[in-house]
Amino acid sequence: MKADAATDEAVPRLPRGVKLRFDQVRNSWMLLAPERAFQIDEAAAGILKLCDGERTLATVIAETAAAYNEAPSVVDADIRAMLVDLANKRVLEL
Amino acid sequence: MNAPRPVSVPAPLGLLAELTHRCPLKCPYCSNPMELDRRSVELDTETWKRVFTEAAALGVLHTHLSGGEPTARRDIVELTRHCAEVGIYSNLITSGVGVSQDLLTRLVDAGLDHVQLSIQGADGAVNDHVAGYRGAYEKKREVGRWVVDAGLPLTLNAVIHRGNIHQVGDLVGLAVAMGAKRLEVAHTQYYGWAYANRAALMPAKPDVDRAIAIVEAARTRLEGTLVIDMVIPDYYAKYPKACSGGWGRRSINVAPSGKALPCHAAETIPHLEFWNVREHSLRDIWLFSPAFTAYRGTDWMPDLCRTCERAEIDWGGCRCQALALAGDAAATDPACHKSPLHHKIVALAEAEAVTATPPPYQYREMTARAREPVE
Ligand SMILES: C[S@@+](CC[C@H](N)C(=O)[O-])C[C@H]1O[C@@H](n2cnc3c(N)ncnc32)[C@H](O)[C@@H]1O
Ligand code: SF4
Ligand code: SF4
Repeated sequence: MKADAATDEAVPRLPRGVKLRFDQVRNSWMLLAPERAFQIDEAAAGILKLCDGERTLATVIAETAAAYNEAPSVVDADIRAMLVDLANKRVLEL
Repeated sequence: MNAPRPVSVPAPLGLLAELTHRCPLKCPYCSNPMELDRRSVELDTETWKRVFTEAAALGVLHTHLSGGEPTARRDIVELTRHCAEVGIYSNLITSGVGVSQDLLTRLVDAGLDHVQLSIQGADGAVNDHVAGYRGAYEKKREVGRWVVDAGLPLTLNAVIHRGNIHQVGDLVGLAVAMGAKRLEVAHTQYYGWAYANRAALMPAKPDVDRAIAIVEAARTRLEGTLVIDMVIPDYYAKYPKACSGGWGRRSINVAPSGKALPCHAAETIPHLEFWNVREHSLRDIWLFSPAFTAYRGTDWMPDLCRTCERAEIDWGGCRCQALALAGDAAATDPACHKSPLHHKIVALAEAEAVTATPPPYQYREMTARAREPVE
């Protein structure tokens, strides 16, 4: 998937069969997919919780920026890159 | 004085829960042991629930509900729901035979995350001959449709051997037609019934090479549509596979009777002492049971492996295969080209694969002794 799939109007969501979960043993967030698990950091988990199939990408970016008291332009590129990467790993729908 | 430093043992990632050995199919390649557990020795519902709870606490992320045919358990929905409740990702590994649409709906409602459906051939004739069950193929197509309609990701698992290796291309087509997201092309691992049927199952090297080429071409062609995972046949490989990701490193296997095994074939190693989940917590089993500690890490290895740069990649290969082929469970797996016995197993495989007519299948069945008296 190319980076331009991450448009403002895109509505990212975790597909069926992919789960976000906090793992007490490893003290880390995990993204669980069939036969695979990805360890992800707190910030990424916060973003993925907003990827609920209702918020648009623009909203996800705006809310994340607000949570960190930053301007959306500061987090914009990082969030888009992260979501495209997860989409390519087939654990996110964009 | 410093307290003794505990040997660091990673937390397990996966639990293979073999809920039952009962199964309507008779696949001659079945990796289950020849000596199948009877229904009367199966763990009860409460014990399985405790196992899943303990597994979650120990760090297990995925559980594979398998068998035998896991849906032959009357409590399959309850167990699936429990996995969801304790936060474990659940994968149902099924032949599809015995699964009704109603059962599938209830499993999905209970929180089932993923279904892995086995297929024995790309058409009814091959599939049903290998499975030893008429009508299995049509049934599988139907169950696959239900899974996709329910919105769950579907993986198709095809165990490959002499009797279906000519269909690898068709199996890829079938996976796409069925709407599967993943296809596992799993060349037979020679454990259990498969070991007994090896002479009937062993494919010839040129057929293996052709099948690998077909899969590799399909992978590129179907990128974005279908993920294809392939397990290359051991006897023709250069390096062995890391058994279960390394002995006692990633996964725990619990047999229907409750015996906890580092891999599903571990019981073929007679001197190992297995602990049962009826008597021990999963945590104690993982950390301290003799079977799990026996071949964990690299200390037990022969020099050939311990000094090898792949020691922590393939962990010396399969212990069961080492015992079966080299007569010593602590030997280098003869599937490795560095093993002094490697040429022997290659010659054996080639000799078996070129016999004009393979021997008939010895179909998987409960033995008369193990079979349950009529209720
Ligand atoms: C033992 S089966 C039990 C579940 C169910 N009865 C089924 O066949 O799907 C578990 C998985 O192992 C695969 N399998 C069985 N025997 C095998 C072997 N000898 N080598 C590799 N995979 C095998 C099956 O295709 C299935 O995906
Ligand atoms: S591999 Fe075949 S015989 Fe073995 S448990 Fe699965 S369906 Fe039954
Ligand atoms: S010598 Fe042992 S560790 Fe090295 S590749 Fe062979 S089996 Fe693996």
